[in-house]
Amino acid sequence: MADTGSTFDEMLAQPDQPRSPYESYFQWFANEDLKDLRRKSREAEAFFRRIGITFNVYGQDEADERLIPFDIVPRIISAREWATLERGIEQRVRAINAFLHDIYHRQEILRAGRIPKEIISKNTAFLPEMIGVNPPGGVYTHIVGTDLVRTGENEFFVLEDNARTPSGVSYMLENRETMLQMFPELFSQLKVRPVSAYPQLLRRSLADCAPEGLTDRPTVAVLTPGIHNSAYFEHAFLADQMGAELVESHDLVVENGRVAMRTTQGYHPIDVLYRRVDDDYLDPLTFNPDSLLGVPGIMDVYRAGNITIANAPGTGIADDKALYSYMPDIVEFYTGERAILQNVPTWRCSEADSLAYVLDHLSELVVKEVHGSGGYGMLVGPAASKKEIAAFEKKLRARPSNYIAQPTLALSTVPILSKAGLAPRHVDLRPFVLVSPNKVEITPGGLTRVALKKGSLVVNSSQGGGTKDTWVLGD
Amino acid sequence: MMLGKTAGGLFWMFRYIERAENTARLLEAGWRIALTRSDGESNEWQSVINTAGIDAAYSAKFDSFDSGSVINFLLRDRDNPSSVLSSIEAARSNARMVRTALSSEVWEAVNECWMEVKSALARPVSERTLHELLAAIRYRTSVVRGALHGTMLRNDIFAFSRLGTFLERADNTARILDVKYYVLLPSAAFVGSRIDNVQWEVILRSVSAERSYRWLNGGETTPIGIAEFLILDKRMPRSLAFCYSKIGENLNWLANDYGTRHESHALADRICGQLNGTTVNTIFEEGLHEFLTASINDTSSLASLIQTDFRFYK
Repeated sequence: MADTGSTFDEMLAQPDQPRSPYESYFQWFANEDLKDLRRKSREAEAFFRRIGITFNVYGQDEADERLIPFDIVPRIISAREWATLERGIEQRVRAINAFLHDIYHRQEILRAGRIPKEIISKNTAFLPEMIGVNPPGGVYTHIVGTDLVRTGENEFFVLEDNARTPSGVSYMLENRETMLQMFPELFSQLKVRPVSAYPQLLRRSLADCAPEGLTDRPTVAVLTPGIHNSAYFEHAFLADQMGAELVESHDLVVENGRVAMRTTQGYHPIDVLYRRVDDDYLDPLTFNPDSLLGVPGIMDVYRAGNITIANAPGTGIADDKALYSYMPDIVEFYTGERAILQNVPTWRCSEADSLAYVLDHLSELVVKEVHGSGGYGMLVGPAASKKEIAAFEKKLRARPSNYIAQPTLALSTVPILSKAGLAPRHVDLRPFVLVSPNKVEITPGGLTRVALKKGSLVVNSSQGGGTKDTWVLGD
Repeated sequence: MMLGKTAGGLFWMFRYIERAENTARLLEAGWRIALTRSDGESNEWQSVINTAGIDAAYSAKFDSFDSGSVINFLLRDRDNPSSVLSSIEAARSNARMVRTALSSEVWEAVNECWMEVKSALARPVSERTLHELLAAIRYRTSVVRGALHGTMLRNDIFAFSRLGTFLERADNTARILDVKYYVLLPSAAFVGSRIDNVQWEVILRSVSAERSYRWLNGGETTPIGIAEFLILDKRMPRSLAFCYSKIGENLNWLANDYGTRHESHALADRICGQLNGTTVNTIFEEGLHEFLTASINDTSSLASLIQTDFRFYK
């Protein structure tokens, strides 16, 4: 699977010979004028800027609003491929919810010895405050963004489970809007499954998880850290599309055992809070006391069952990189089935044998920080200089348990529109999953991230990645 | 149901849009005077800075009132909180905060306004491009207002937006009159010099009313006529009476919808009553300057009452 030397291109089986999902697109493309397409591509950028789909970059002096580059060549997935992914993702997400319930209650999986105790007890993503707490509707991960990569015709791997507060869904929706405006003729030719219902589904799914015994339609609000947060656009976008209030810490108080927002007519209680603030900042009385982004006392309201927090506090333990390598066991333990989607083979540097192997093969491996995200603090062996490897080795030796390593996967490619025409670039895929007490819904599509630099395997937007619209074909 | 923060964001977004437009208009009027007069030019620029209420910020940076400094200070200086650039940036930042309350047309209009103004004001502005630039600013803010009227529901979102617009406008009109009140005093009518004619014109131009005034008054310009037009004429969309009738209308709408009257309603009623019950002669008898000072203070008290009554802040 890894490093076979040949990369799987999703569009082309041979030069000039498209794979079946891409046949009509390829034909259409062949008849288009490159100059026209490049003009469309510039129009798309102007469109994004005008509607303000931007993200703020951390660590820059000026609070700069950047666009994530958008590539106008779609990524196309066949109905058959999607059906497999869907089954695999649903299985995994159900297992994650069962695991979270277990780990915060009886901890059967630890008693059964399927995962080591200390990996939970010493993990900062595990919140002892959640032990014995029953989230309304029994749902922990209301929204999941499962990161998938592909290496061959039928080879899909789960790279990360993103069970905390996955972002990027606004790009899925806006990318599609843009494509519909630019290439309406393609949508009448191909049966592309729509994604536009996502905000309504999200609202319904959240409302279905509201605390029991409400007489009115539940009041749903989105909690954002504020306009300087890198994903603020998305927070506002989702609140707007769902018809929910967009609130910040200073709009909220705890009053009469409820979390309430300050309105022009006084305080109004909130039933479901879709929070885009990390666990640590959620409640200064329970977690980080310096947090200005949370609501003092919200955890008491939560424990009393008077508000739904999505996702539940403490879900981070399920997508922690230290636990990742145990996911196949977790799926089996809770579903009684073998995992449909594969895990990427992973060396746990906390184990002496693995560490020795990893140190010997640094130039071939991808080494990740257990708690890192967004492509920060990771080593991509094949792309790193000797100096970078040496520096990383030092960090690794100092704190081996802080790292895991994986083979450098030959991520599949999908072409982008370059100056010279189509040019293959590596991609990954993040479908978005909604969980309510009775169902798991996966929107057909997702966010395709693409490494715009030739040969690069890093698709993160903070590291120069772009996005593509993702088309799932109907039958 | 509306968040207090959202009401505040809308209120300030539209105050800032109005302010940007007023600053541009004031600059245009001042510039025109500067062009048509050979003497005492810097005096006029000083009164422009005065009207904008930014004397302190200006004198902290500059010693004299030359056209280049004043133009750039009014248009693009970030040390001037009322500069067109600062105002548009503040309007857009408030719009981002209340984005869920805006139609996509309004949001896109204010975002495009910001993009264009920011790029047009990225470098110092020369007098050669000034006219075109001011026209572009007026055009862009008009698009925002047009989108508001054409696409927004007539609910509390609209009411707070309009309150911001008219409080800012009432404040602006009263300031323009107050800075120039001495040329409107009856004694000035006897002077009848060319200079005063120019001053009267500048007042009218600062509120884009020189043509409508002439149209209504058959070309005869008198100080008392100008004062009446800008204070009491409800046909004139920048007059104090017009602004306050709109403020009253929107506050009453909120009182009906929310089923509560606040202190701000009482104050607005009192101000509207005063404007409806007076004549321009009474105002002059009791002192134009005193009247305008009281009006500026009332407007500012009303703004802070609205802010408390509707819980803009914690």
